[in-house]
Amino acid sequence: MRFYALRRLAMALPTLLVISAVIFALLDLAPGDPMAQLPDTIPPDVRDDMRAALGMGRPAPVRYGLWLWQMVVVEPGIFLGLIPEDAATRILSWQTRAPVMTQIAQRLPQTIIVMGSAYALGITIAIGLGILSAWRRGGAIDQAGTGLAAIGYALPPFFTAAVLIYIFAIQLNWAPTIYDTTLRVTGWDSLAAQLRQMALPIAVLSLQTTAQITRYMRAAMLETLGQEYIRAARAKGLRERTVLMVHALRNSMIPVVPVIALGAPQIFAGAIITESIFGVNGIGQLLLISLRAGDLPVVQTVTVLIAALIVLANLASDLALPWLDPRLRDA
Amino acid sequence: MSKRSVAASVAIALKLITPAFASSIAAETGARGTDGTLRILYWQAPSTLNPYLSGGVKDIEAASLVLEPLARLSPEGEMIPWLAKDIPTVANGGVAPDLRSIRWQLLPGLTWSDGSAVTSADIAFTYRYCMAPGAGCAQAAKFRDLDRIETPGPLTAVLYFAQPKPFPYGPFVGSQTPLLQAAQFADCLGPRAPSCTEANFAPIGTGPFKVTEFRPGDAAIFEANAAYRMPNSPAFAQVLLKGGGDAMSAGRAVLETGEFDYAWNLQLGPDILAAMATRGKGQITTAFATLVERLTFNLHVPGSQPPQPHPALSDIAMRRALSMALDQEAMVAFGYGAAGRVTCNMLPAPPAYASAANQGCATQDLDGARDLLTQTGWIDTDGDGVRDREGARLEFMFQTSTNAVRQDFQALAKEWWRQIGVATKLRAIDASVFFSGDPGSPDTLEKFDADIEMFAGASDGPDPEAYLAGWACDAAPDAQNGWRGQNVGHWCDPAYDALLDRLSRTADLVDRAALARQLNDMLVQQYVAVPLVDRGRVSAHANSLGGVQINAWDSELWNIADWHRLPG
Repeated sequence: MRFYALRRLAMALPTLLVISAVIFALLDLAPGDPMAQLPDTIPPDVRDDMRAALGMGRPAPVRYGLWLWQMVVVEPGIFLGLIPEDAATRILSWQTRAPVMTQIAQRLPQTIIVMGSAYALGITIAIGLGILSAWRRGGAIDQAGTGLAAIGYALPPFFTAAVLIYIFAIQLNWAPTIYDTTLRVTGWDSLAAQLRQMALPIAVLSLQTTAQITRYMRAAMLETLGQEYIRAARAKGLRERTVLMVHALRNSMIPVVPVIALGAPQIFAGAIITESIFGVNGIGQLLLISLRAGDLPVVQTVTVLIAALIVLANLASDLALPWLDPRLRDA
Repeated sequence: MSKRSVAASVAIALKLITPAFASSIAAETGARGTDGTLRILYWQAPSTLNPYLSGGVKDIEAASLVLEPLARLSPEGEMIPWLAKDIPTVANGGVAPDLRSIRWQLLPGLTWSDGSAVTSADIAFTYRYCMAPGAGCAQAAKFRDLDRIETPGPLTAVLYFAQPKPFPYGPFVGSQTPLLQAAQFADCLGPRAPSCTEANFAPIGTGPFKVTEFRPGDAAIFEANAAYRMPNSPAFAQVLLKGGGDAMSAGRAVLETGEFDYAWNLQLGPDILAAMATRGKGQITTAFATLVERLTFNLHVPGSQPPQPHPALSDIAMRRALSMALDQEAMVAFGYGAAGRVTCNMLPAPPAYASAANQGCATQDLDGARDLLTQTGWIDTDGDGVRDREGARLEFMFQTSTNAVRQDFQALAKEWWRQIGVATKLRAIDASVFFSGDPGSPDTLEKFDADIEMFAGASDGPDPEAYLAGWACDAAPDAQNGWRGQNVGHWCDPAYDALLDRLSRTADLVDRAALARQLNDMLVQQYVAVPLVDRGRVSAHANSLGGVQINAWDSELWNIADWHRLPG
């Protein structure tokens, strides 16, 4: 088991290296210029000097090598305190001329709070809804669940966000349309304000998660409920609650866990569209503004970090399955 | 001298004589910082507060709360002394008769927000900071003609130019080139500039506010500067400058929900803005400078090497006919509403520089255009609705950047030109490519691989010399100069170049304005380019916010010290 985990981890490293090289090549080949957003009153030769100051003039392999060195050695070294801050050049954003990692660190908490609660809420609703839908197949809850899933799949977040903003922010005035990232929770009032401003983005995001996961959950639960051992459990006279939550749930989770695990990196990646609409200063918004500004170091670093998280989540789900399913333990 | 600077001088004089008295007035009336928090929304979030490291408008404007120049530009494009005592001119002896130097005099008693004195050394340092090799200073063009800065006294700085400079107000005038504190940035010269993140994110300034917290790409919090030179301002104690989202959500937050007091740069459809404004929470405000949306004609066959004259567009009658077919008034109403107005000039402002010789350009005349085309020999011989001559169809490729309004304009022009027998193929190129100036891409503004293109351009500041020089013969981009230059249509007229040369030797502002009008008239009357819309800046502010005077020449937040909360 431990050998298996180590082997999977060793496989993950070359995968990440290839991913980072491909991302770098794609970004480098894509058209676009970090100077394109500047007013056209700034003359071309000044722009050239600015590009040179950003280190854009060097050949692509050199820039990739430097980035890799900074990503793998310098940044972890500074994070762990092994390298003093001014001893090495860190990965600098072209827009802010400041370290990319500080920017990511600054934004991670908001992303995790908003995305994390949306994901947790979405999964909870999805699992609950999936169980109930399968239990009373064709009943009112099943119908409602199917409808909700269809809506969640069909409506893109920019549309649901606009509708929710129109109803709850503009007409009813219950929630703000713009997330105040400088709000500090110090008491009940500010906590209420924080919850109010989180409500709409979380609603938009959890609808997506719910829609995606509840269908898997329902299907898995239906299959399990048709098994002989469930009939046996019912025949033993167990309470329906015990049959569902103890006997059926665990087995139904087997196909659902990988789906949940693979979706988990999005907690860190943020939600590009939803974060931008509400002005949540998360990683997704950072990615979008950096893409728009042609800020390649930020885009490169963020996408590779997300790729790393996806690879790790994949690994985690592979390692979690034997815990749910004893048949996999000897494999 | 404006009312404002009189007030400033009086305030400073008071402070000098009896500092304790002045501050006790402020304490008693409680005028500074009594209006709570001002909430400003920039849908493009500032990425740094050092305008020298980023040329972006969002960054310059955010920094303008803190950093100030020697002189600002008023909403009419006139210079106002700001940190300087007055505007140096030849007449008052501030500008040398040989036009090679300008002497700026700082206001006495100025202090940075940390309490230290502002001196001429800070002026000299700011120049050194921007010109240090390896810094990638975005405003280097403003300082380029400077040879050196001398500081004969603590409040006097003399800027020496390498050449006689008829308009010496480039450096330290306007929001792009404010003063930096020498003490704070001393170790940040050249390649070390990015290592000074702390200073770049919280520069020490002389402005009404100082930085409390800055989060790049998200928000900045400012608080009233206790050392600000005017004792009773700013009225607000705190400013939250939030960034992010889009123009739509920014407009909504001010005009519909009232969450914010001010929203910057609302480039939205006129119908959308008008609908938002009907909710009565805020109002829309506009300001105009020199940004003109224009059509430019390619006088060369696209992509020809060596360049061949364009068979159709090198004829002025053809260019005139295409221009006559357009209905500028309809275009402005349709695409811009309050954010635009019809103009017949490539240089629409400041008022003294705007020519009155081209009125009536905006009237559509389809019949006149048809007659003109027939006279040039382009006639529809095969009856397919498109004119032809010597076997060649009259068909143009019309390109611009991807942008909703520009694509609407393309469709309108195509339809009007169809009605005069001209076929048009449309092409939209992503803005980050079109405006990249990348010599390796065939799709840039400069390569102009089409017959007609549309874009916007503006003069940098109130003096139009550099802007008008963009139509000089040697400003045409080609393979030799690496596809650089603003004369993308390759128009070349020795008479225009001769006039430009005269402008570069004329110091008197009235004469300069007359020459600029003449140059503008040549461009317009020879149909080198067709001005379509004089584009303004549109912002919105809450009805409860007083003192806003939107300014397209300087930072929109230029007079934020005077902003206040209206009662009720």
